Amino acid sequence: MTPAGETAPRITDSRGVIRAGRQDAIFQGLCFSAAMVLMLTLVGLLISLVIGGWPALSHFGLKFFVSREWNPVTDEYGAAGPIVGTLVTAVLAMAMALPLAVGIAVFLVEFCPKAIAGWVAASVELLAGIPSIVYGMWGLFVLAPWFAEHVQTPLMLALDPDSFWGKLLTGIPNGANIFTASLILALMVLPYIATVFRELLLTVPTYVREAAYGMGCTPFEVVRSIMLPYIKRSGIGAVMLGLGRALGETMAVTFIIGNSHDFPTSLFASGSTIASTIANEFAEATGDMHSSALIALGLVLFVITFAALAAARLLIGKETH
Amino acid sequence: MSTSAKAPLFDRHTRRKLVNYLFVAITSLATAVAVIALLLILVSLFKNGLGGMSWHIFTMDQPSPGGEGGLKNAIIGSLIMCSLGMVMAVVIGILAGTWLAEYGSGSKLAPVVRFLNDVLLSAPSILVGLFVYEMLVRPFHGFSALAGAVSLAFLATPVVTRTTEDILRLQANHLREAGMALGAGKGLVIRAIIWRASSTGLVTGALLGFARISGETAPLLFTSLGNAYTSWDLTQPIGSLPKVIFDFALSPYDDLRQVAWVGALLISITVLSANIIGRALARGSHK
Repeated sequence: MTPAGETAPRITDSRGVIRAGRQDAIFQGLCFSAAMVLMLTLVGLLISLVIGGWPALSHFGLKFFVSREWNPVTDEYGAAGPIVGTLVTAVLAMAMALPLAVGIAVFLVEFCPKAIAGWVAASVELLAGIPSIVYGMWGLFVLAPWFAEHVQTPLMLALDPDSFWGKLLTGIPNGANIFTASLILALMVLPYIATVFRELLLTVPTYVREAAYGMGCTPFEVVRSIMLPYIKRSGIGAVMLGLGRALGETMAVTFIIGNSHDFPTSLFASGSTIASTIANEFAEATGDMHSSALIALGLVLFVITFAALAAARLLIGKETH
Repeated sequence: MSTSAKAPLFDRHTRRKLVNYLFVAITSLATAVAVIALLLILVSLFKNGLGGMSWHIFTMDQPSPGGEGGLKNAIIGSLIMCSLGMVMAVVIGILAGTWLAEYGSGSKLAPVVRFLNDVLLSAPSILVGLFVYEMLVRPFHGFSALAGAVSLAFLATPVVTRTTEDILRLQANHLREAGMALGAGKGLVIRAIIWRASSTGLVTGALLGFARISGETAPLLFTSLGNAYTSWDLTQPIGSLPKVIFDFALSPYDDLRQVAWVGALLISITVLSANIIGRALARGSHK
């Protein structure tokens, strides 16, 4: 008999021994350790990057971040090229993807006929399902040749090479450059941001929208003055999420960016990103310093993406979860 | 007091209407761009991939330039690593998701775990590859199928965790109360009632996790490395579809590129159908 005041045992086996309590504790412990595995993964990731990258970071110091010299032959590693390449491609991609994503979200929420809305939304989400490497192949074999022939070459012929635009758009006309890499990246992050924006727009209370319509606003005015301001904070979060994705995207960029370690000087020049550099060189890294430098690059990428993703989570979190 | 002095091209009413039409047109155009991009990619996949499709693809190991061959070694390698990775991811992911949804509510740790899981969800896959390299490849002096599977598991787990938590939270509290009223403990209620009620959702999570990793290339480059022959040994390097596609697509030989397109088509069909089935299941269970 259980003394009064103690919680009653719930399930006993045939001999009357309490089983459920112990099983429950084991089960809860299992669940808890699984959650801890997740946490330790991220911590372990950070620690292994710090340990692996430390030799290069301590050897080159600040020079690692500002030097443009990346030369495995002389064992000189400066990461300015890949770091700038990463930031430029990601920001360019977001600049292209953001207007499109907002447009898609608004269209789906406000204007799209109900009959096809589900299909359109599904096909936009499917863009997110296509593997990175397929984007890369498509970019390299379909987009790049088309771009070189129909955009890059005409522009090069039309522009004076010494003018501002001429300098900005100079490069080998093979279509594999920073701009096309950003284009592919924009396509890849588009579904993620569009989906978040769509969900955010759906959270705008109906009475707020209807009040605006009741005052005689056109749909454009409702979206511009009521709905977009309403989701501003989370919207910035969505942009951060896209940025985090674009910064770390590897295979598609590796295919199409041209993989040169030179500091990018024009939009149509080939370049490299942190991720593409690691993908290209890590398996064949020649010496300890080389692989350490690559891991240090990984650490830089980790810090940048973590910041972007954390910001995204903090900004979006409140309203959607 | 009648019309404005500047006499604009349109009166205010017409102008607002025109701006609105323009806005509708622009948003439709944005949507069209995304849909057309998807179609363009699918069309070139099928156009380039179907041409090289034959039985050799499934029965022969990868070719050398000019020779005949298929993708057998890569398909088997991918299947081994994906299924191993999924087993790990499903076990850890479902348990972790359960902890977040059922046990974590009062604790201060839960928001932290949830936050880190969301970060992991979008973390660059290549960094996971570096981590597993430092953890499993360098200490044991060798690339292995097991290391590849572990890196894939790390990528799929956050997806499974997130879906599990979301789906468990959807289950009504009276289900839990009914179970407890019968005398079942919390753990038993979760295992026998809540999990069973959310089984479709849990399958969805697994499918989405599978879709996430089956096309993944970056972490395999320096964990499983690649193997030109069929291998079943978990401690040895093993081939994988994405890696073969990567190597062949960047090779200068047309016949190898053709095989790469076939591989890309196979992978895309797998990933897209996993995505479609997963989403369809999710939609069905929300009704």
